[in-house]
Parts: sequence; C-alpha cells; structure tokens
Amino acid sequence: MTLWLTLAVNSIALGGLLFLLSAGFSLIFGLMRIPNLMHGSFFMLGAYFGVTLLDNRIGMNFWAAALVSALAMAVIGGLVERFLLRRLNGQELPQVLLTLGLSFIIADVCLMIWTGDPWQPPTPDHLRGVLQVAGVYFPYFRLVIVLVAVVIAVALWLMVDWTRLGAMIRAGVDDAPIARVVGIKVSQLFTLVFALGAALAAFGGVIGAPYLSVYPGLDAEMLPLALIVVILGGTGSLLGALVGSFLIGFLYNFGQAMFPDLAYVILFLPMLLVLVLRPQGLFGRVMT
Amino acid sequence: MSWMNAPRWATGVAIALLITLPFWVGNPYYINVASQILLFAVFALALNVLVGYGGLVSLGHAGLFAMAGYAGALMLDAGHGHLAADLTAIAVTVLASAVFGVLALRSTGIGFLMITLALGQIVWGIAYRWQSLTNGDNGVNVTTRPAPFGISLASADNFYFATLLVFLVALITMALFVRSPFGASLRGTRDQARRMNALGYNVWLIRLVAFLFSGFWTGVAGLLFIYYNQFISPQVAALQTSAEALLMVISGGTATLLGPIAGAAIVVIMKNVVSAYVERWNLVLGVIFVAIITFMPEGLVPGSVRLWKLAWRAMRGRPAKAAEPSA
Repeated sequence: MTLWLTLAVNSIALGGLLFLLSAGFSLIFGLMRIPNLMHGSFFMLGAYFGVTLLDNRIGMNFWAAALVSALAMAVIGGLVERFLLRRLNGQELPQVLLTLGLSFIIADVCLMIWTGDPWQPPTPDHLRGVLQVAGVYFPYFRLVIVLVAVVIAVALWLMVDWTRLGAMIRAGVDDAPIARVVGIKVSQLFTLVFALGAALAAFGGVIGAPYLSVYPGLDAEMLPLALIVVILGGTGSLLGALVGSFLIGFLYNFGQAMFPDLAYVILFLPMLLVLVLRPQGLFGRVMT
Repeated sequence: MSWMNAPRWATGVAIALLITLPFWVGNPYYINVASQILLFAVFALALNVLVGYGGLVSLGHAGLFAMAGYAGALMLDAGHGHLAADLTAIAVTVLASAVFGVLALRSTGIGFLMITLALGQIVWGIAYRWQSLTNGDNGVNVTTRPAPFGISLASADNFYFATLLVFLVALITMALFVRSPFGASLRGTRDQARRMNALGYNVWLIRLVAFLFSGFWTGVAGLLFIYYNQFISPQVAALQTSAEALLMVISGGTATLLGPIAGAAIVVIMKNVVSAYVERWNLVLGVIFVAIITFMPEGLVPGSVRLWKLAWRAMRGRPAKAAEPSA
C-alpha cells in the first residue's frame, strides 16, 4: 500500500514536470504546425544552466536559478525562431529538420562544456523533509513540483483563455492566415510562443534537476515523452497536455515498478491506441 | 532516372571502377570504407523510396534498420545458421514495417514524421532497456560472417564484393520500381494525393506497399551492417542514425537514384574523416544539417552549383538576381 502511494506521488511529480515540458511543445506545435525537435534540448540546456547557477561557486537561490535559466532559454529560443526558423517560414519539413540539426549541436556542445558525468544539485534546504500523513511519507520537494506545475497550468490557462494575447494565440492556432488578415501579427506570436515554450521547458529542467539529475542523453529521453504527451492529448490543447502528462507520469512510474524491462515500451501503448482510434488526440480538434 | 539518362559508357565505367576497386585501392581500410558507403547507400536508397518518391519523411528508419540487425544477431547468437537468421531478420523487419506503415499512415506530412519518430524510439527503448532479450547497452556480438557457396566473407575484399553485389541488385530493383507504373502512381500520391484518390487509386495502399518495399531494403542494409561491424548496440536504433540516413537522402538530392548514393558517400567519408581527428561527429552532423537546410534546400550537389554561380556573378560585379530560392 505504501509502495503504491509513493509511486503515485512520484507519478504526479513526474507528470508535473512533463506538463512544463509539453505545454510549450503543444503550443508551438499548435501555432507553428511543427514539432519542435529541440524541445528536449531546451529542457536539458535549461537544466544545465540551472545546475551551474546552483553550483557552490555561484550558489544562487534555487528559484532564482530556475527563473534566470528560463529567461536565458527564452532569449535563446526567441533568437532561434527569429533568425533561423523564420528564414524557412511556411516550409514545415525544413523547419522540423532544422530543429533536429540544432538539437544535435546543443547535445554535443553540452557534452563538451558539462562533460559526460551526471550533475545532481542537492534539494534546496527549505524544501527538504517529508510530510507525514496517516503513516505515509511524502517528500516535500515532489509536492512542490506538483504545486508549481499546477500554478503554471492555471496561469497558462488564464493567459490563453482570458487575455487578449491568449485570444490572438488561439486565433493563430485555429487559422493563421485569417488571423493575419484581421491584423494579428502572427509572426510575432511565433517568436513569443517559441520563447515561452523554451522558457517553460528550461524551468521544468531546473526544478526537475534535483529529482531527475542532468546528464547527456536527457534531451533524447525527454523529447519522445513530450511527443507522446502531445499525440495523446491533441496538439495545441493545454488541457490535453495536462491530462497526457499525468497519464504518462503514472504509466512511467508504475511500468518501471512492475515491468522494468518493458517500462519504456509501455509508455507508447496509449499513444498507439489513440492513433488508431482517435488520431486527433484526446482533446484535439481535427486540423484543417 | 538520372543514371539511366547518363551515357551508357559512364554507367559502364562506374560499374567497372566499383568492381575493380579492391585491386586499385589495395589498402583494406579504404576497401572497408567503400563497403560502408555501399551498405549505407542501400539504406539511403530504401529511405528515399519514401522520402523522395512518396513524399513521406520517416524519422523511424533506424528502428527498422536496427530491428533487422538485432533479429539477425540474436538468431545467430542462439545458434541458428546464417540463412535462417537472415530470412528471419528480413521477415521480422517487413512485418515491423507493416505495423509502422499502418500506424504512421494514419497521417501524412509532419504527423507521419512524428509517428515514425515515436515508433523508432520504441525500438530503441526495447534495444536499450529490455536487457534480458537484447543485452542492453552491451550490445550483441556477431562472431562470424556468412560463407555463401563456400566463399568466406571474412576478408575485406570478399565482403566488399558481396556488398557490391547486394548494392547492385538493390539499385536495379529500385530503378525498375521507380520506372514501373507503380512507381509512377507513388509519385502521383506524393504530388496530387486527392487527384489520385479521385482517379480511383487506393492512395493508402500505394503508400503502404512503398513502406514495405522501403522496409525490406532497410532490413537488407541492416543485415549488411551487422555483418560488416560484427556488433550491434542500441546506438544503431537511436534518432541519430535515422537523421544520418535522412541527411544522406537530402544532401544528395531526393527523388533521384544517384542522390542517395552520393549522399551516403559524402556522409560516410565525412564521418570517417571527422572521427579520425575529433570526437565531435554529432556536432558536425548537426552543423551540416542546419547548413544544408538553410542554404541548400535542394541538396548539396545542385546547391553547391547554385552558390558557386552566385559567387561567380558577384565576383564579376554583376548583380545577382533573386538569390533566395522560392522552394
């Protein structure tokens, strides 16, 4: 019983991280119609920035480090969109392949700078300890990850559904050419959403670092997870990303515990089912 | 069919050069590089059936390539003969291609790319995590090369000849495939899927058959690979391998027969040269990818010609007209 509860908490924590990763991926995909194959790299690079800032030589506060790293990735993401992807505007395939090429570059540069050894920053002091409820221990840090993910999910939802900017993003997702016609600067939205997605992924990378640690290959591990979540949930749908993230979080942890050999494969099963039965995803709309 | 339009003597000379290669090259290292080029050319040709002629960009072909390799290696490891292992490997790969095809063809374009990518990752996941079956990160050794008709392929020369033979068969099959009515209908589904549908063609089935054909030759290339390397590890199934194969196709120019061969030669030679000096092959791969896509979207050979002409005009002081391609 305790084991299951612990697993459940871990699953929810991983789900929270996956949401931070895949919310941006989903928005970018919905708006720009391209799967950003460097999204895992944003997560990893952001996490590396974070562990560097947290390192004893700099010793930044945990949350400050996460924010600084997110800002840095927002700038990098914005530059990539503005100066590289923009050149290929409207050519989806070259854009996707460009992000793939950049992901290899980032992976190798990270290996050069941060070496092949894993980095795992300690859990920040004020978030250590456990919460004891009815004889079961919940580590605070896992709960905090979930809390942060929920706060960000609500903030994103408010932004997308209740602000002018959100309305413009939704218009761009639904029909970019018409959105242009009515005066929305869709190309600026592209830059903004790409930067936002990069920042969210980096933020997730930093707050996930004490839990997942950071190592070469983390990018290639996270990217397929974002892909599965978005295929499951439907592109451009935040609710889909949220539900998909927690589903995958649970599958990953329970699969790992019950069928360690096949855990990774089990992750893909719901994706295959959704593809066969409902190709637009659980919460996706049919795209034209 | 650029190579068919080429003068017959050019084709003859090229084949003569390939057949006599071990005699005028001599050094086994270079003969091995030539074998690598040929086996990856088979892989690139197979991928090009989908990418070039079908307009379906797959990022999961490393999964099929590795699946053939693993199936063959594991059969051999279990003590079966080469023939049984090879046939099983091909059968498994074609079957997997059918599954890949049925799932990925739920979609086209970017959706197809994403699904094949995810499917390729599943194969990687099995290779890496299913320790009891695949031996995980330690990989599987292939201790012997086959000896068809009593000729051992252990030496670099003999292995080269065997690879060349397979390569030529693949090339001829591809040429026939592309020239056949079926090839024309595949190109039709690439250019005008709706119109083909209206004409009564079963677009989905045409694409699926193309996928199976591509999967078959990918499997053959995968077998050549394990016999060449005599080892397979999960790295073979990784996204990098799919990306390398795709780079071979797009760098040489898609929808041609010569393009993927040239691309395979470029990538394999570059990989060998780069790896001899630095450990940064992935970085180089990424930079080439980005450079080709940004500056030469039509492929390396036509792209270099275009850029060269631009530079030439610029040097002679004439204004270059409309530098950016609209494609």
